[in-house]
Amino acid sequence: MNSRTSEILVGLFMLLFLLAMFVLAMKVSNLTSLNSSEGYTLTAKFENIGGLKERARVSASGVRVGEVTRIIYDPENFEAMVTLRLDKAFDAFPLDTTASIYTSGLLGEQYIGLDPGAEEDFLQNDDEITLTQSAIVLERLIGQVLFSRSGGS
Amino acid sequence: MSNFLQKFGAYWLGKLERLGRATLFLFHLVAALASLVKRPSLLVKQLHASGVMTLSIVLVSGLFVGMVLSLQFYNTLIDFGQEERVGTLVALTLVRELGPVVTGLLFAGRAGSAMTAEIGLMKATEQLSGLEMMAVDPFKRVFAPRFLAGFIALPMLAAMFSAVGVMGGHLVGVEVLGVDANAYWSQMHSSVSFTHDVCNGLVKGLVFGFVVSWISIFEGADCIPTSEGVSSATTRTVVYSSLAILGLDFLLTAVMF
Repeated sequence: MNSRTSEILVGLFMLLFLLAMFVLAMKVSNLTSLNSSEGYTLTAKFENIGGLKERARVSASGVRVGEVTRIIYDPENFEAMVTLRLDKAFDAFPLDTTASIYTSGLLGEQYIGLDPGAEEDFLQNDDEITLTQSAIVLERLIGQVLFSRSGGS
Repeated sequence: MSNFLQKFGAYWLGKLERLGRATLFLFHLVAALASLVKRPSLLVKQLHASGVMTLSIVLVSGLFVGMVLSLQFYNTLIDFGQEERVGTLVALTLVRELGPVVTGLLFAGRAGSAMTAEIGLMKATEQLSGLEMMAVDPFKRVFAPRFLAGFIALPMLAAMFSAVGVMGGHLVGVEVLGVDANAYWSQMHSSVSFTHDVCNGLVKGLVFGFVVSWISIFEGADCIPTSEGVSSATTRTVVYSSLAILGLDFLLTAVMF
């Protein structure tokens, strides 16, 4: 095979590789949502986050508006500190927005749902969402039900 | 008894000596890489021989592996009503493990054995000595371009394998079995991380490319220069490369994920 043909084929090979990387980056993995550097971050403290993980979905009315970027334990207040990163397009959440941890489906993954309040002012970058509702832990729920039933009888 | 012990010792000494030779060979090889800057056409030619010529088998196997994965995961997940997760599982399996590993095995069989046979035959027909007689360093002229080509080509092929595999998974999962197309892609999209999964898969490919090319070229250059020697060197290339890939894959997975 002469060198021109093999050079062309190697060029095509490289192009194919770039195409494959493009597919892997854009369609298969979440490189597109990673570069949302134009977003803003909020923090929220939860008594119990259940099984919430980093990179979990943050949604409002069921629509994805951002993701969880960091979860740490705050040893002073004995609470979990969750950092959320929201898209720049959704920058109008009132100050009294509630953040709750929900589970999608019975066995699904956990995510944070934002329920907007009625304040006139909006949450800014690095603000804290003060109204939070912890995850429902199934064992605790069962315990409460058993306790209330035995108490009632 | 002492006879047996002596043989046993000699066997392992021989192995160790060979390992030492292979390591020295590797240093020599890496040192010769710099000369490729002056003659990139040698590299292009080898990329053609090891990369482009392996492409077809890699793409076809990628497609079928993706299809089979999709089918198997679907059959299990349908029991839990979670068949939408097929996309995630197919993509993670391919990108993290099967992409680099199966590509590495195919590459060892298709390109690695060819490299060994070619170099072994060059040695048997005294072409390598001929080059040295003409003051051409075979490391620079013959070994280095092949080594670098294998090193580069394997991760590239692995990426293509994974991409095609995901398409194959789509073909079976969505088109044949009826998983929702949006669920397939969006579930995959939200649980595969580019830096953690895709890039680590590429790193695996690089490591495998390094090891397979090293083994292939060393076996070729170190073979007994007879037709029998070349054939056993080719066999050793495939066996050692495959074992090295599988062993290293476990180590890398343990470190990475």
